[in-house]
Amino acid sequence: MSAPSNARFEPVVGRYLQLHLLGKPHRLYVEEAGEGIPLLCLHTAGSDSRQYRAVMNDGDISSRFRVIAFDMPWHGKSSPPAGWHNHEYKLTSKDYIDMVLTVSDALGLQRPVVMGCSIGGRIVLHLALDHPERFRALIGLQSGAHADPYYDLQWLHRPDVHGGEVCSGIVSGLIGPSAPETDRWETLWHYAQGGPGVFRGDLYFYTVDGDVREKVAEIDTRRCPLYLLTGEYDYSCTPDDTRELARRIQGARATIMDGMGHFPMSEDPEGFLSYLRPVLAAIEQ
Amino acid sequence: MNQQALERLPELVNGDAWLTHRGRFLDVTFLLAVGEEHFLIRIREGRVESVEQGSFVMPQWTFALRASAQAWRTFWEPSPPPGYHDLVAMMKFKRLQLDGDPYPFMTHIRYFKDLLGSLRTRTAP
Repeated sequence: MSAPSNARFEPVVGRYLQLHLLGKPHRLYVEEAGEGIPLLCLHTAGSDSRQYRAVMNDGDISSRFRVIAFDMPWHGKSSPPAGWHNHEYKLTSKDYIDMVLTVSDALGLQRPVVMGCSIGGRIVLHLALDHPERFRALIGLQSGAHADPYYDLQWLHRPDVHGGEVCSGIVSGLIGPSAPETDRWETLWHYAQGGPGVFRGDLYFYTVDGDVREKVAEIDTRRCPLYLLTGEYDYSCTPDDTRELARRIQGARATIMDGMGHFPMSEDPEGFLSYLRPVLAAIEQ
Repeated sequence: MNQQALERLPELVNGDAWLTHRGRFLDVTFLLAVGEEHFLIRIREGRVESVEQGSFVMPQWTFALRASAQAWRTFWEPSPPPGYHDLVAMMKFKRLQLDGDPYPFMTHIRYFKDLLGSLRTRTAP
């Protein structure tokens, strides 16, 4: 009996990686597609690696890049560490940097390109400052040196408010108006699925601990190229935030993406790929 | 924005079964301030029960959403520019102020985005 013609497996393969991370055993979900230059992708706060589904499914990119994305601990299909129920989750710059370096080493990646969005777009600035020699290039999506909270973050984690409803409801306007409906709601579903307090814990890094305004001017793009792509409609990391970064970091190349918001790779995959392809081509040279 | 435009709100909301379903646990009266014009909007079990415009002497409401007439006009355009396209975006840029008890609004944030978004003028087909 043959399979229905409309059924097909994607070229994306997901596996669980057991490793020690931040001093504790972890079970991390990692998926990848393609071969070539390693391209390690970091998801936004409160979401998971499904945001990169279109990059992984792009045959042109996967013929030249090994695209990898992992769910951070507490996110997606990665478990929180043992004892998670006894303390509040808070992401710090130090832990986030450790996580990226440890996962990269565990996967045996040689000078990967790292592309991160939002909190991931922030951590690439830290990586550019502290570990430029370890990366072939860095790509910051929705990347700014700092973000002030513009609503009371306590709403994201309180037992009398449904976390999935409020997290997806708050971020819905961060998606650009031209996003295809299916991708818009796929992106919001990821937010609706986050565990209690996880989005808020990530925002501790985004709004408090990860503030890198004092140091960004020290980034040396001759040691590691830095590309910045930011959506026009993002009001969390605004185009002005990214332009300010580019103004302060000599050699950083910034592009504002028309019509897009805070989750470009997930909310408008085709639109995003049209901006990403020239960046990847430049990195390959 | 005037009484006439907001008078359409019950029809727009109450005719949307999925929206009223999502608001089925919601009973609240909120104040919508469009510049100097004030509207009291009563919601019962997710349905808009009444929209009252006035110079209220002692209005009772649980929360208020206040923005200038210009900000709301831009928000209700068919394709609002960045920063006017969403209630939270308007808050970020200090164009929209939320006063009072935010609990009903925050627990039903998608509902209220859809409720106020229903007044957005559509481009002609």
